[in-house]
Amino acid sequence: MTEIALGECHPFEAAGRHFLYLVPSAAVFALDDTSAAVVDTLRGQQLAPADLMARLAGRFERAEVEATLSELAGARAILPVDPARAAEPPPAPAPNIIPLTPIPLSTLVVNVTNRCNLSCAYCYEYGEDKIAEPTAGGMPKLMSEETARESVDFMIERSGNSPVVRLTFFGGETLLNFAVLEKTIPYARARAAEAGKRVEFSLTTNGTLLRPEVIEFLADNDVGVTISIDGPKEMQDKFRVFHDGRGSYDVVAPKVRELLKRHRSRPIGARVTLTSDVLDITRIYRHLTDEIGFWEVGFAPVTTSPGRAHAIGETGFESMLSQFRALGQEFLEAALEGRRHGFSNVRDTIEELHKGASKALPCGAGLGLMGVATNGDVALCHRFAGSDDHKLGTVREGVDGAMQEAFLDAHHIDRKTDCRTCWARPLCAGGCYHEAHTRYGTTEAANLHYCEWIRGWTESCLEIYGEIAERNPAFLRQFDPPAPPATEVNDDASEAR
Amino acid sequence: MTHLRPVNQKAARIAHEAAEARRRAAQADGRVVALQDGPAAPPKAEGPHIPMGCSFVFYPGWEVDANGGTAGLCQPVERDLFDCHLGCFWPAQVPDQLNHAPDWTSKCAAAQKDWRKVDLIFP
Repeated sequence: MTEIALGECHPFEAAGRHFLYLVPSAAVFALDDTSAAVVDTLRGQQLAPADLMARLAGRFERAEVEATLSELAGARAILPVDPARAAEPPPAPAPNIIPLTPIPLSTLVVNVTNRCNLSCAYCYEYGEDKIAEPTAGGMPKLMSEETARESVDFMIERSGNSPVVRLTFFGGETLLNFAVLEKTIPYARARAAEAGKRVEFSLTTNGTLLRPEVIEFLADNDVGVTISIDGPKEMQDKFRVFHDGRGSYDVVAPKVRELLKRHRSRPIGARVTLTSDVLDITRIYRHLTDEIGFWEVGFAPVTTSPGRAHAIGETGFESMLSQFRALGQEFLEAALEGRRHGFSNVRDTIEELHKGASKALPCGAGLGLMGVATNGDVALCHRFAGSDDHKLGTVREGVDGAMQEAFLDAHHIDRKTDCRTCWARPLCAGGCYHEAHTRYGTTEAANLHYCEWIRGWTESCLEIYGEIAERNPAFLRQFDPPAPPATEVNDDASEAR
Repeated sequence: MTHLRPVNQKAARIAHEAAEARRRAAQADGRVVALQDGPAAPPKAEGPHIPMGCSFVFYPGWEVDANGGTAGLCQPVERDLFDCHLGCFWPAQVPDQLNHAPDWTSKCAAAQKDWRKVDLIFP
């Protein structure tokens, strides 16, 4: 006799109500008393429908339970299970589908230089965990104007029929090559106009070179700016130092204040790298928003191989999670009152939850996003730019489509056996390729060292999402189509260096 | 849905799909697809299952193909089933003329005229 069991799902509670997060569809349903009781009864066991009815008899009408079962089955929240076939191996997963070939490019990250005027100890480009020697094989330190123009041509050509393309400048320290940046923006604008497209610009900088004329240019050209900054002076100066060891806070803070005063057309965000020594999240957030005036702040743990002094250990992750939760509560309180809150980690996750994102691949690298090294080599993303092992082509000769497809197939979530039973995989999908490469030596590994943290954080965001959906659903309208005017600063490439 | 309330956009799409599936199932229930219905809408993935061709499924109603016409049948419906014993590679729907009913068609010189003389055979 056929029994029924819960499909893959993650029940959670918010605002005194039961919810169900379905995997892998990433749908969120609110449950009433009957459906909550059915889900609760089926947790950890499978039952024949008659047994289930018997257990719920007296509490709910039979017809109600039957209707609930039919609804749950329609949403694939419960599945029929034939006990006679329980011993059989599960059917092979459907083949991985690589969508939309040829895949249109939506964001191109151009590393206009691989030099930097800071020497942050944790930097993935120059530090102990670097992937490639930045100037190996005659890689130029600065991208030439010609290569930058070729990158723009490559981007326009690869963007297919998408009406908007995003060009992000990156480094090294991006503003060390301001001369090329300044010439590339008008060129990109002209090329996009010819192709009937709109192009959006953004860059990431450490803020040390924000001279008044640079600020003028960025403001006049609507360039989105993300500043890599770690917090108040004592935290910023721990790792973000000049070559002579001098801290950078006193140079950066006044310049950022000037930028925030002048540049009002795009929200300016801060991107904080968390390390073993810099983990006081609430204090960092207060300083960067209240005292400096950033529109939003995003945090990410440092990418590092284990055992480095700045690596965040087990207890560090726990502390990070509890602080994220505390700041997440603040975000929730603001959202319930319809106010904006600048903790972008929550905002971004809430948006993905609301849309029901279910990822076959952890990010857009090699898919809709690619990185360009200073010599014009195209890599998976800016973090791999300049690495011969992760090269997909060049801006002149284009990208090897077969190699791109093979990469996407090899990194598909269905190939990550470790992730197969994890309920958080629709959002995580195994995590950053670069992180995996640094940690495990291969981009194909799942980032198992932060699974607990990802699940804990996803659970918190689900609860925040449920509270908002229940108590102030109007707040979520900003994520409904048609898309609101761009308020995103934290695109895929706005990261610290 | 009354016991589940879709909260995010993906859930709304699933709820919509589930409602559509129920509606389609209700429509297809007990419905006979026949020539007089006119051409059917192009087949949808989840539509009622109608096999292509004549013979192997021998229920009333299969005299049309999945598109509501006769073009997809393996022989013209006008000659079905009598022709199974002459023209078809798989004459399973007609009496066994080699062993059991050698005289089944002896009174039928021309099927168009004499089809009434082809009688039922009970094995």
